[in-house]
Amino acid sequence: MGATLEIRNLHVSIDGAPILKGVDLVLKQGETHALMGPNGSGKSTLAYALMGHPSYQVDAGQVIFNGADVLELEPDERSRMGIFLAFQYPVSVPGVTVANFLRSGINARRKAENPDDPGISIPEFRRLLKQKMDLLGIDHKFAGRYLNEGFSGGEKKRNEVLQLATLEPLIGILDETDSGLDIDALRIVAEGVNKLKGPGLGILVITHYKRMLEYLQPEYVHLMMDGRIVESGGPELAQTVEDHGYAPFFEKFGLEATEE
Amino acid sequence: MATVRQRRKREFVEPPIHWEQILERAQANNEPQWLITMRQQAWEQYKSMPMPTLRDESWRRTDYSHINWDTAGTVTVADSPEVERIPAANRAPLIGEEQGGLLAWVDNALAYQELNERLEQQGVIFTDLATACHEYPDLVQKHLFTRAVRPEEGKFAALNAAGWTHGLFVYVPKNTLVDLPLHSIFYNEAVGASLGHVLIILDRGAEATILQEYLSPEGEEHSSFVGATELIVGPNANLRYVSLQAWGHNMYEFNHGRGHVDRDGQLDWVVGSMGSKLTKSFMQISLDGQGAWGRMSGMFFADGQQLLDHDTLQIHHSPHTTSDLLFKAALKDEARSVWRGMIRVMPGAQKTDGFQANNNMLMSRTARADSIPGLEIEADDVRCTHAATVGKMEEEYIFYLMTRGVPRIEAERLFINGYFWDVLERIPFEDVQTRLLADVDRKILGLHNVSSGL
Repeated sequence: MGATLEIRNLHVSIDGAPILKGVDLVLKQGETHALMGPNGSGKSTLAYALMGHPSYQVDAGQVIFNGADVLELEPDERSRMGIFLAFQYPVSVPGVTVANFLRSGINARRKAENPDDPGISIPEFRRLLKQKMDLLGIDHKFAGRYLNEGFSGGEKKRNEVLQLATLEPLIGILDETDSGLDIDALRIVAEGVNKLKGPGLGILVITHYKRMLEYLQPEYVHLMMDGRIVESGGPELAQTVEDHGYAPFFEKFGLEATEE
Repeated sequence: MATVRQRRKREFVEPPIHWEQILERAQANNEPQWLITMRQQAWEQYKSMPMPTLRDESWRRTDYSHINWDTAGTVTVADSPEVERIPAANRAPLIGEEQGGLLAWVDNALAYQELNERLEQQGVIFTDLATACHEYPDLVQKHLFTRAVRPEEGKFAALNAAGWTHGLFVYVPKNTLVDLPLHSIFYNEAVGASLGHVLIILDRGAEATILQEYLSPEGEEHSSFVGATELIVGPNANLRYVSLQAWGHNMYEFNHGRGHVDRDGQLDWVVGSMGSKLTKSFMQISLDGQGAWGRMSGMFFADGQQLLDHDTLQIHHSPHTTSDLLFKAALKDEARSVWRGMIRVMPGAQKTDGFQANNNMLMSRTARADSIPGLEIEADDVRCTHAATVGKMEEEYIFYLMTRGVPRIEAERLFINGYFWDVLERIPFEDVQTRLLADVDRKILGLHNVSSGL
């Protein structure tokens, strides 16, 4: 039995303004889901709320992961139980190298399991990180750079995918990992994620664009509008969005198109 | 508990230090007459100046009137200082098993003295100032309170000049490379006043790396340290000087430091302050000779109700000189930091390059940082820039770090360690970096009250 992330009737607001108005979604380890939707529909809010961002107020609903109530947990606890978020706009942290950061992440996992764990040895960690960088075609120099400091848009996204690869979560949420990338950068990032796909990883990829989906081939596609998932289907749903845009759906669900 | 708020009358009174005590100690130590005369002139200078108050521009943000001079103003000198009282971690060699030399004072008295034989044969002088006054009077007289720190600079500079209790003296002869670091520790265990001096002279083409540490255990009753530091860097000489302060939270520190850099010389000066109740430190780099280079770097981490106040001056006297300053503070609880920095370019000092950056990281809503950069330029072909920031430890950063599995406290630690890293990596001793990071960790964890402050 794989791990399952179950979102039930989730309501989330920011500064009192409701954004998510009852989201239901079930995501299993090994599955790939796409979440599409117009700007401002709540896709990124869902991603942040699942990870426990303090500015996002959960008003109602539940998120259950492997039987545990996720909403009760701190972001680090959620991470350690196997939920990962690849950020759309990761912050830069001067003075903290990519390697040092990832080692802290791995050691936090080991310490949570066993408080006496001395942490991963440096040679062992180097081997692991090199292996992951090679898998994703990332230059080894990357490890010694400060986290996102001076990174290009493409490098930031690749760094997020490297973290995904190294921390080996059960569920990975990719928040517009394709945004702001040119065709080549998108291909590199998408191919990287593709290499991580497998029975051990459930993926929720948030995107506007079909390009990313052509690489990732999700089995399930969900359409979010006005804080709800209004339609779910297979790859054909992504094709409909690509062909006709969101306008027919606004009409279908009696919603007004809003700009952010 | 009910509290009554009273408007406290601020009084800036002199410490109960008297000339008779200074003279008596000087005579007991058999000090040469020229030194006693120098002390007496400084004393007269001291008495002619008022105590600085909040009306003085450079003291406007530095209310030290709460100091209890009854305890903090009594000069004590240990009879039998024991070096073992200094925490072992601070006495450990700086690189591997070796250091060029170690000098340690406990309660204003010399407790330990060691100099690598090879360095001694090279003519390196590494001793206490009192000894140097007897053995190398010409060298000392030429530099002590003459060129760098002068008694008329301020009340506390004059007090140090009149009453210094102990001091470090270093002289590196011409073209001599001190390839092992020299290490000096001022350790104050007894409550009271301490007046320490540092005088370092690098002759033409000399090179040295020196660590000066200021330490005291935690205590309740107020103590004071009135210090002066004089760094004389000759032509083509290169001095890396690291000064670390980890006083207990009962210490009031008043310090004047100045480095002079001659033609094509280099001074790389790093300060780290974590301790004290209040620190008021004047630091100046004077680029005297053409092509001189000077850098001041600082890391400051204050918590509780600490106030760390640094007043810096980068002064360019000659053309083609470079100065660079990077001061970084992190502030927790109700702590405050003040940085007032000036780059001054004198007439004729063309083609100079001056830079200063001050960053402050507020870790609580009640912490406060004042950052006041300044430029005074009297030459027309120069490049001088400054940058000052006061930022908060934003939740966005901590959240991002936590989403990779690290608990909040560890995320804060990573973030603050990263914040300080560009200053820390300028300290050329890995073990000292590690020690400082451990101090930073203790502050983040809020353990300063139970640690020794070291």
